[in-house]
Amino acid sequence: MSVDVTMPRATAPAILPGSGGMRGALSDLFWRRPQLLLLLMLLPPVLWLGIVYIGSLFALLAQSFFSIDEFSGLINRQFTLKTYGDLLQAANLDIILRTVTMAALVTVASAIVAFPIAYYAARYARGRWKALFYLGVMLPLWSSYLVKIYAWKLILAKEGILTWLFGKLHLQWLLDAWLSLPVVGGNSLSVSFTGTFIVFVYVWLPFMILPVQAALERVPGNLVEASSDLGASPGQTFRNVLFPLALPGIVAGSIFTFSLTLGDYIIPQIIGTSRLFIGQAVYSQQGTAGNIPLAAAFTVVPIVIMGFYLWGAKRMGAFDAL
Amino acid sequence: MRSDRGQSAPLGLKIAAACGLLFLHLPILLIFVYAFTTEEKSFVWPPPGLTTQWFAVTWNRPDVWEALSLSVRVAAISTTIALVLGTLCAAAVSRTKFFGRETISLLVILPIALPGIITGIALRSAFSLADIPFSFWTIVLGHATFCVVVVYNNAVARFRRTSGSMIEASMDLGADGFQTFRHVVLPNIATALLAGGMLAFALSFDEVIVTTFTAGQQQTVPIWMLEELIRPRQRPVTNVVAMVVVLVTLLPILFAYYLTRDGDQIAGSGK
Repeated sequence: MSVDVTMPRATAPAILPGSGGMRGALSDLFWRRPQLLLLLMLLPPVLWLGIVYIGSLFALLAQSFFSIDEFSGLINRQFTLKTYGDLLQAANLDIILRTVTMAALVTVASAIVAFPIAYYAARYARGRWKALFYLGVMLPLWSSYLVKIYAWKLILAKEGILTWLFGKLHLQWLLDAWLSLPVVGGNSLSVSFTGTFIVFVYVWLPFMILPVQAALERVPGNLVEASSDLGASPGQTFRNVLFPLALPGIVAGSIFTFSLTLGDYIIPQIIGTSRLFIGQAVYSQQGTAGNIPLAAAFTVVPIVIMGFYLWGAKRMGAFDAL
Repeated sequence: MRSDRGQSAPLGLKIAAACGLLFLHLPILLIFVYAFTTEEKSFVWPPPGLTTQWFAVTWNRPDVWEALSLSVRVAAISTTIALVLGTLCAAAVSRTKFFGRETISLLVILPIALPGIITGIALRSAFSLADIPFSFWTIVLGHATFCVVVVYNNAVARFRRTSGSMIEASMDLGADGFQTFRHVVLPNIATALLAGGMLAFALSFDEVIVTTFTAGQQQTVPIWMLEELIRPRQRPVTNVVAMVVVLVTLLPILFAYYLTRDGDQIAGSGK
């Protein structure tokens, strides 16, 4: 293929003249001053997030230092730590402890359920299967949160599918025995902590699978082979090789499962008992009770807990696994 | 266990992984069965009979249509805002190194890294301090804020894969900045933006926690569903709406996966 090359004319100036018109002038200006372009690009998103989001967070934080007048129900806009003191009342401490316990249990259970899925996807799934596993985790992750909760309401309800299943298997007595237990039991699974726990694990599970899979994908297969060649049982290989290498991924996943459980108020409201979680307390304090300062102080609890959690996770190198 | 090459997974692992995936999918599939049940009052399983009459009933419910229309409008506008803000931010962060770059990535991620209730109540208390009445726009304000991250994640991944020498070549060949953007940059990032936009749409369409705090009387589809879950009026209609919601959010996600499957991550993490 012959290319007709036109040589530049010798008369062309060494420095090209600026492009004509407003558009050209602007274009030239940005080319000569990339800093200006950068500033213009950053300004809208930073202004939006800074004003709308960070501004709101500060408004919230400020409110937690206000207090509510118990007689008039009006907010007293003067600095006080009284609202934080209210958090230490037995009833409120109870709520915080209950939520943190639930978040910890949900995190451990998610890690246990997630591990085999993540391990299979990372080590054995190839090509088409790998894509299938990926979509198999992504679709539930992205499908509607309320629909997922609704589906579990159908499953856990007294007349629902689980009761039917236990009946078919002649295990009705087992379900009844579990429901008669204190704390975890209740009238039916859909109004018990057991139900709340199952739904939390279900809804946050994909958030655990993805980082664990990412961590396991970085473990060279021959490490596992070397371990078994040296005579380790599968259990020993898991304890001494796989688990320590997957741990940053598990911690990364636990950031999501833990934080999301701390803040959620819809799952315990729809599937759970009348004993409150932090999210529900926040919601009812700001809504029906009209006590925004106490609601604000309550939200500071998960922020502080997550602050420490993230600090610890960073030290464990979990952020590299995200 | 010996180190045989190309070994297949141990049976126990296969079973555990399969059970895990079933656990993730069966509950959603169940919704589809319930949409056809003849039982009106309770969640009886197995369904005593199957019918399609609830689709007609749902079709004729004005409140369902109102909620759907509001959700679509909010999602469309929030997605548009998120596309502009997310792309600008991604372009700036991936092009140059500058002071405060890490802070800006954190700023973008924060609205969905912190629990939704914090975002929700923070916005609500800011509205009340600033005396802003609840409206369509207060919902959009919240949604756009957490949708930015999805667009940003997709766009940043694509910008990193797009080589800067193409832009330089375009400029060397005499194109000005706007022409370069129009003919070189945009075609390169278009599919990533489309994927990010679809995910942002799905995220906004599904968001409930922030919406409960930023909406006044208006109902989006998730708020409508929440209301039905707490105070059920006509359960079969809820079943049908739930099924439609699953289908409506499924398609953009599959499409977004298709658009970005070679290498990009489509995860925007969560709510």
